[in-house]
Order: sequence, then C-alpha cells, then structure tokens
Amino acid sequence: MNQWEELQQAAFTKRVSRRDFMRRATALGISTALATGVLSRAGYAQEPKKGGTFKIGLGHGATTDSLDPATYPDQMTGTVGWGATGNSLTEMDAAGNIVGDLAESFEPSDDAKQWVFKLRNGVTFHNGKAVTANDVVQSYLHHMGKDSKSAAKSILESVEEIKADGDNVVFKLKGGNADFPFYASDYHLKIMPAKDGGGADWESGIGTGPYAIEKFDPGVGAKLKRNDNFYGKAYFDEVEVKVIADVAARTNALTSGEIHFMDRCDLKTVNLLKKNPDINVTEVTGYGHYIFVMNVTQAPFDNPHVRNALKNAIDREEIAKKVFHGYATAGNDNPIAPSVQYAINPEPIHTYNPDKVKELLKKAGMEGLTVDLSVSDAAFSGVVDAGTLFKESAAKAGININVIREASDSYWDAVWLKKPFVASYWNGRPTCDWMFTTAYAADASWNDTFWKNPRFSELLVAARSETDSAKRGTMYAEMQQLLHDDGGLINIVFNNYVSAHSKAVAHGDFLSNWDVDGMKIASRWWMA
Amino acid sequence: MHPLARTILQRLGLGLMTLFIVSIVIFSMVSWLPGDFAKAILGQAATEETVAAFQKEIGLDKPPVQRYVEWVGNVVQGEFGSSFASRVGYKRTVAELIAPRLANTLFLASLTAAIAVPLALALGILAALYRNSLFDRIVNSVTLTTISMPEFFMAYLLMLFLSVKLSWLPGLASVDAETELLERITRCALPTLTLTLVIVAHMMRMTRAAIINLLACPYIEMARLKGMSKSRVILRHALPNAWAPIVNVVAFNLAYLVVGVVVVEAVFTYPGIGQLMVDAVTARDIPVVQACALIFAATYIMLNLTADIISIATNPRLLHPR
Repeated sequence: MNQWEELQQAAFTKRVSRRDFMRRATALGISTALATGVLSRAGYAQEPKKGGTFKIGLGHGATTDSLDPATYPDQMTGTVGWGATGNSLTEMDAAGNIVGDLAESFEPSDDAKQWVFKLRNGVTFHNGKAVTANDVVQSYLHHMGKDSKSAAKSILESVEEIKADGDNVVFKLKGGNADFPFYASDYHLKIMPAKDGGGADWESGIGTGPYAIEKFDPGVGAKLKRNDNFYGKAYFDEVEVKVIADVAARTNALTSGEIHFMDRCDLKTVNLLKKNPDINVTEVTGYGHYIFVMNVTQAPFDNPHVRNALKNAIDREEIAKKVFHGYATAGNDNPIAPSVQYAINPEPIHTYNPDKVKELLKKAGMEGLTVDLSVSDAAFSGVVDAGTLFKESAAKAGININVIREASDSYWDAVWLKKPFVASYWNGRPTCDWMFTTAYAADASWNDTFWKNPRFSELLVAARSETDSAKRGTMYAEMQQLLHDDGGLINIVFNNYVSAHSKAVAHGDFLSNWDVDGMKIASRWWMA
Repeated sequence: MHPLARTILQRLGLGLMTLFIVSIVIFSMVSWLPGDFAKAILGQAATEETVAAFQKEIGLDKPPVQRYVEWVGNVVQGEFGSSFASRVGYKRTVAELIAPRLANTLFLASLTAAIAVPLALALGILAALYRNSLFDRIVNSVTLTTISMPEFFMAYLLMLFLSVKLSWLPGLASVDAETELLERITRCALPTLTLTLVIVAHMMRMTRAAIINLLACPYIEMARLKGMSKSRVILRHALPNAWAPIVNVVAFNLAYLVVGVVVVEAVFTYPGIGQLMVDAVTARDIPVVQACALIFAATYIMLNLTADIISIATNPRLLHPR
C-alpha cells in the first residue's frame, strides 16, 4: 500500500485531522482539489467560505403569511422572518444548550422569579439603528396583552413586568421559572425596532439578523441579501427561498438543480433520491412526535387498565418501519424527546405485548373492548395507515378499534379536544417544563388527555423554580414516569426531519429544536 | 335594432343574472365551510380569547346576511375588500393579491391558447381532409393518448424527461413581476406543453367530427361535383357551417385554461390564481375565495357568451329565428 492510499484510509477511519491530512497530502504532491474531494467523501466538515446564492425550497408557505412574528405559522415564515433575518434574545445550540444571541448573558435572581438579560454591545438593525433595551421591551409587548393573537402569548403569560434598564432588560415573572431563557429563544419572539409612539415595527421586516429582506412574496417566496454588519456568521451573498408545496415538484427542483435544499422529503421515494450521487439526504431527530390521545375523563379511558392495555396493544416498531419507512423512533409514552435535558426512558418500556393486554383487560373486566379512534391527515401524514396497523395489532390482542377518518379542515375545531380517542401531533418543546405546561398541566388549555394528577401538578410548580439541577432532574424523572404509567398519551413515534440537499452546499451540525436546521439554515450553511 | 346587437344585449343581461345567482351560491357555500379563518390561521395555538379578538378584527362577528349585502354592494363598485390576512397597519386588498396571480394565469392561458387552438384546428381540418388515412389515425391516437392521461401524470412525465433527464427546460415555473418576457416563456414552456397536450385532442376531434358531418350534406356533394379541390370544399364550404360546435368547444377549453389548471400550477409551482384560491380555501380567507370564485364564474359566462354570439353570427338561421 502506498502512502497516499494509507493516508486516505486514515481519513476514512477518522484517524487523522483535517489539517494534518491536507498537509501530508500536499507533501505527497496530491492536488488540493483531489484532497478536499477525499475529505468530503470521508465526511469531514469543510471550512466554511463566503459567497454564492443559496436556493431553498420549502413545503410550507401560504398567501396569508405575513411578516408579523405573532402569526408565524410554520417553517417558511420562521426561516425567512426569523432564522435568516432576525434574532431572539437567546438561541439553542446544536447540543441543546441555551446560549445568548442578542443577549450577551442572562442571570436569574430571587428564586428565578426575575431574569436580567444583558444586551450584546453595538448591534444594529438592518436600517442602521442601534438595538436598545426599549426595542426588546416593545417586541415582547407585541405578543402580550388582552387582544394579542400571538402564538407566543401563552408562554409569556407568566411575565408580570418587562423593564428596560440601561443595556439590560429585566423580566419579572409571576412565579419562579428556571427555564425562562428557553422561552426567549422562541421564533415568535424576534426583536424588532420600536416605533416612536410605542409598539414594534414588524411591517418593514427589519431585524438584526444575518440577512435583510429584499423581497417577500407571501405564498411564493423571498429574496434575502447578506447583512454585512451582522455580529455572527453569514456566508452566502444572497438567499432565495421558494415555496414549493408539492413534494414531487420539490424533489424534481432539487434533482434538476433549481434549488440546493428541500425540506420534508417524500419518505416513500427517499431511497431513490439517496441513489443520486449529487444529493445528500439528512435526518434529524427533533422533539416532534405523533400521538394518539385518550380523554381520561371518558369511559372506557377513565380506567387506567384500559389505557395501559391500549398502550401495549400498539406495535410502534412496525409503524415506524412501515408507515415512516424507518425515519422515526418508536415512542414510549413519554412526550419528552431523548435529546431534551432531564429526559428519561421510563420502565417498563411499552412494546407490543398481546398477553399483557389480555391480562389488563381481564383486570378491568373489559374483555372484547371496542373503541372508536378518530384520525385525519391534519394530524400527520400516514395517520390512516398507522391507525390501521394499530387496529390489526390490537385485534390480535382482543381489542376492537374502529378507525374513523375525519375531515381534515375542521379537525382541530371539531375533533381534537372533543372526541375521546384521536390522533394528533406535537412539535415538541425544548424543555420538560415547557412541554408539560403546554399539554399536561391540569389547567392547560391544550391538555388533550384531560389528565389531572395532583402529584404531577405539585411537581410541575416545584421543579419550575428549582435551581438545583440534580433535584430538578429527580422531579422531572418522577413526572415522566407518572405520565408514562397513568397518562392518556400513546406516543407512537418521534418523527425525524428528513431533508435533502445538493452537494454544492455544505453544513455543520444540525440544530434539532426545529426543522430546516433550526430554521437558521441561511446563516449556518455555505457553498461547498 | 340590429338582431345581433339585440342578442348580445339579451345574453349580457342573462349573464349578469347568472353572475348574481352565482354570487349567492358562492357566499352560502363559503359560509357553510366547516372551521373558520381565525382558527385556521391560529392553528393549534388558538385560544378562545385570541379567536374572538381575531374574528372581531376581520368582521366575522356580524350576521351572514349583513356580510353578504356589504360584500355585493362593494363588489358592484369594483371593491373586493381586504384579505383576512391584513392587519392593522398592513392592509392587503384582495385586488392587489389577485391582480398579479390573474395576470400570470392569463399569460399562461394565452400562451397555451396561441399554440393549442391553431394547432388543434389545423390538425382537425387535415384529419378531416385525409379521413381514415395513416395521418388521421396517428393524429387521433396520439391526441387521444395524451388526453387520456391525467394532467399531473403528463406534467411529471414531461418534467422527468425534459427537465430532470435532459435538462432542456426548467422544471420550476416560478416567475414574478420582474421576470423578462423571454425567460418567462422558457419558464412556462413545460406547463404550456402539458396544457396543450391536454386540450388539443378535444378541440381537434370536434373540428374533425363537425367537418366530416357536413361532408355528407348535398351542398358539399354539389361542390365536389362542380370539380372543386378537396381543400377548397372544406375551407370555403364546410368550415363556415362547422364554426358553431367548434367555437363552443374552444370556449370550453379556454375557460378550462383559466379556471381548471390548479393541478398543473401546483406541479410546476406556477404562481397562478388557482393556487391562490386553494391557499385561500385552506386558510379560510373568505374575501379571496369569493373573489376568485366570482372571477372564475365570470370567465365561464363571458367565454360562453362569446361562443354563443360567434355561432349565432356565423349562422343566419340562428340570427333570424322564426
């Protein structure tokens, strides 16, 4: 074996650093182009470089979209209006930690009842105006108040007062919340310039982000230009975002080179896409999960044995494999994704176990149980197949499930929270507290299982203001166990974000808090 | 009054009546759609308070009859109102939403019509002229094949071969107001081709059938006996009498090009009015849905009116009915 082959071998087994490889390759007289080619095939991250136009094709976006962050419905507006052009006070890093973004640092005091965010120095908006604490206050007030329609309204309900104090912004909370900095990373909470008479200016689309909006055409796309004054990374000269709702059209646009990146691949054909030598398919496990929810206040789901029987009557592995083609991880009736801090995998792990189902039904005195399950594509695509597989596996264990297909467009109005056993989904939340407060707290407006457990409620409040990490961990473990054993949630799978991109662009580690590289793809990617 | 002018006026009056009835139908259908805009746009995140606040802002709290009267009153004055996506300080009128999309749709429709209509007529006449020849059979079977395939399938096939495999034509027909004419035509090439293949068969076969039908008439036989050439018989004697059915089919297909191409628009990501309407229905953006539906209805009525008038004008028996 000659030295060059040896060196390549070392690269493919990652026994050599990128830098050493390049140095030794040059010494061997290998051309730079050839050497970098080997490195990229061996999966080394490339050195980012500036320049180029990045074209993104996304499966969301509608003509009703606007640049008002209070109403950002999905990844299109999130990517354009926040990820590429705006910033929140904090952001998540690839490891799931919360770090400062527009805030340089943040400190709790008074049992986490007060949070002080210190703003980064010398940051300007796209129009050249300096960012002040007042801009932050007005941006937050935009989502609060009685008439607010903001999607972020509920997470700011705990805020009693926001004050500007020099370069600091002070949040006074109604109760202690150690996770408040996580809330501040939400994509609705973009910092906008304050208007003279009060209020925040969202109409202009001006932000602090790596790119400035040149053109925003709702339901069609957007053109963005690099903001050279940005304090962080931004590699592309220009970014174009196109709304391509049809997944086949999106795939064709990628293979014919009209776009560099597409989200939401068609799982049925993604294996064919993988064979294309110019394209990489990537998969990120986020917090999102697909679920069946039982209303625990209604018969027969008020009986914990029945709930447990159903939890053991579903073959999640089979659904993950057949419906999601392997691009999903089987759930274990815990809504907290494995990558979230304090997540546990509660025992006993719920798997398909017909004997146990029969035993539980006998205990409940409900042999020959029949239940109706309402499903709709509004919950997640593949839901009908998942329901049918559930029906089949449950039938073998002695439960008869009627899968009822409901209309998609009124699903969230007329079925979810109304019928006792329905399919649904959660995008997930980056912390235990956030997820539990949103969907499992006794009085949460989206408590879709109607589960009210006194011990769980007590722990939820206690853990929120607990600043000792070890104690918090124990509390959250107990809560996850309670929910797993007694709750009305059947977590089918954690769904993976499957996207594809041309090899003309390169990327580092993925953010897992949202799809499209945490919606920050425009600043995190570069031309290969 | 000239009989033609009278007919046109009569038809116009009837058309307006139809449009008025259609407006009632549209309004009630839209009101009966399950779900509402506030909940649709706020999604899972909607709480009762936010929904109520939103409904008040967009006027959905008023009774339906009042909303209908206000809507029709405004439309008569050419005012379609604002989209529900408007906010305080961010007004988006229905007209400004629809205008560029309608322009795109009309561009694609005209481009397709400019190719498809002459092509179909020429093929139809030639097929009638060389009836039962090899040419006739080939034209028939090819056009029948293309019309038998669903339009999205045809679109994907063309995209696969001409765009993905051969890279001759762009697969994304994304155009905007600043796109140059030449690039616009290139970008629209695949959608135009798809639509042409879909509509040619219908018009071509009707032309052929109408002409062949006439060829059996005694006056055509007379013309032939006089020793006229085949083409002259068809062009001068048969065709004028065949216009009525042909024009009707052409009008029908032109209307389809404006109101029915949403599938093709979706496949090629063409920002036309069909996609706008689908978007608006999904989001329950009622003013936009109603305006689109009204435009579609008006297009149908106008084109049918034109077809009727042309067939009446070319046929003295219809022009002077007893």
